[in-house]
Amino acid sequence: MQSSPEPLTILIAEDSAADRLLLSTIVRRQGHQVLTAANGAEAVEVYSQQRPHLVLMDAMMPVMDGFEAAQKIKQLAGDQLVPIIFLTSLTESEGLARCLEAGGDDFLAKPYNQVILAAKIKAMDRLRRLQATVVEQRDQIARHHDYLLNEQRVAKAVFDKIAHSGCLSAPNIRYLQSPYALFNGDLLLAAFNPAGDMHILLGDFTGHGLPAAVGAMPLAEVFYGMTAKGYGLAQILREMNAKLKRILPVDMFCCATLLSMSFQRCTVEVWNGGMPDGYLHDSLSGVRTPLPARHLPLGVLTPQLFDDRTEVHPLSVGDRVFLLSDGVIETSDRDDQPFGVERLQQVFSANREPDRLFEDIQQALRDFRGEARDDFSMVEVRLVAPTQLNPPPPVYSDSGQSSPLDWSVSFEFRAQTLKRFNPMPYLLQLLLEVHGLRAQSGALYNVLSELYSNALEHGVLGLDSSLKRDATGFARYYQERNARLDELGDGHVRVHLHVTPQGDGGRLVIEVEDSGKGFDVAKVLARPLDRDRLSGRGVSLVRQLCHQASWSDDGRNARVEFFWEALS
Amino acid sequence: MSEIHLDLDVLSTLKEVMEDGYPELLDTFLKDSEARLRVLHEARDAEMLSATAHSFKGSSSNMGAIRLAELCGELEQRAKQPSLRGIESLVNEIDSEFAHVRTLCREEREGFHC
Repeated sequence: MQSSPEPLTILIAEDSAADRLLLSTIVRRQGHQVLTAANGAEAVEVYSQQRPHLVLMDAMMPVMDGFEAAQKIKQLAGDQLVPIIFLTSLTESEGLARCLEAGGDDFLAKPYNQVILAAKIKAMDRLRRLQATVVEQRDQIARHHDYLLNEQRVAKAVFDKIAHSGCLSAPNIRYLQSPYALFNGDLLLAAFNPAGDMHILLGDFTGHGLPAAVGAMPLAEVFYGMTAKGYGLAQILREMNAKLKRILPVDMFCCATLLSMSFQRCTVEVWNGGMPDGYLHDSLSGVRTPLPARHLPLGVLTPQLFDDRTEVHPLSVGDRVFLLSDGVIETSDRDDQPFGVERLQQVFSANREPDRLFEDIQQALRDFRGEARDDFSMVEVRLVAPTQLNPPPPVYSDSGQSSPLDWSVSFEFRAQTLKRFNPMPYLLQLLLEVHGLRAQSGALYNVLSELYSNALEHGVLGLDSSLKRDATGFARYYQERNARLDELGDGHVRVHLHVTPQGDGGRLVIEVEDSGKGFDVAKVLARPLDRDRLSGRGVSLVRQLCHQASWSDDGRNARVEFFWEALS
Repeated sequence: MSEIHLDLDVLSTLKEVMEDGYPELLDTFLKDSEARLRVLHEARDAEMLSATAHSFKGSSSNMGAIRLAELCGELEQRAKQPSLRGIESLVNEIDSEFAHVRTLCREEREGFHC
């Protein structure tokens, strides 16, 4: 006689005393502990108090028969499996079927065969232990799941604090994003730079869940930090790419489209790495120009190979730039057909009210798929007059006691530096050490950038600004700019800054000189201040934004002044 | 219908299993069976008759009382018929078969002490 490896507690419910005695003895001899009951009600009572591992149940018993007792015991057991073996001398198949229907797991015919009984007990116990393992693992999985959900909640809370330090609520931005976009890898950021330009990033990280979300935080920090300091798109892109390349695992990256929209210059600068086409919507003609991906996503290429070249497009007030994540294009219907770019184009063509573009797209997706989806992102940015926006003033963390009030500095940036380095953020940071100038940081940045870019592009590179008379000309201008910059061998731009006290306040003089050929100053200054022409805006802008703008040395030297009163 | 009143092979297995509990088992069986027989005689409704006969069948087969078990099985089935005519005689047959089995059991009990 073989004993089971592990002694079980077995309940024997049998109304016939002799059979009960016999069965108890057999089961005890097999190494188990025995509990007995003489009817169904007693069986249920003993089970609920002692919780045996297994039950041998006579089918026909007085008070409560075996079938009812079995059902009640199974209910009491809940998740756990308590195997019930019916003891029966029922031979009709109906009777046997009843046993199984009642929740029995097996049956044993009378007269009892010990060998068969031992085998069945062993088999049932194996099942019982399997069920117990499954239930335990299920509970473990549920605990882990709750733990992960909580981690995600925390991650999202931290990220929301970072993400909402931007300007997505500006009046010229409209966007649609799922509350759990972060965990789909979708990222949407917007911020003003010191010039009042708006930087926007729509990104899509590979992966889902926390791995997708974790890359978003360092990226957002770079985006906000550098934008606030006045860095241009190219520098921000280089830094973001290098950071992601460094910190993300090899197979992870971030597709992204970046925009810099200037309300002063009426342009938008675009970089698209791996995202679906964006669209530039001309409000007058209704034409939508695609802005395709010309670059690899962020985090793929090493810094040496990364291409930070952007495209610049002219805009009129009312024009819009529309970006979307690939969740829209890849929405599929019941046959797994994707929505696709063609259908999107159809929505564009059919769209009569530009303000309803989002609704039209969502409706088209609903019609296509048969249900609503929220795992995609869309954003639309309109060019408006600068007066319609209220960029928040920058926040400074120092007390104002150590403001430098009487100093001068000169820089000379030569050809190799001009190619890859934008000195604007550093010069601005330097000037903002002077507390009196902080209130004018927007104008300062705009003027300095304008003077520098004029010196570089028209002066050193010799580009003709009249090329920028229309959209095609614009594109050619910037292509030519990049080409000439790549080939630049010599030339320089010098920047001189002089800060002196004046009365209770002070004066800043900025001089920018270049090594170029100069221009006919009198002719340019004679033109009226014309805000609608695409070219020649630079000089107008400078004249509008500061005191005493003057050009000398045949246009190679530009000089401007800023004043401030005593601070209260 | 089997002619085996008490199957010796079954008894020998029971002896091996029960060891010193063997006499107790025999006694319990006899006591249970006598109670059941009383019910069979006094029963007025067919369901009680059938259930008791079923139970008796089970315990008899466990003890190796083959013929007795078969007779009980027959009674169980007959009691499910619409007409209970002639059932008395079957009960009596069970009575006398049990008497035979009881004698053999008592002999077994005696034999065990030796």
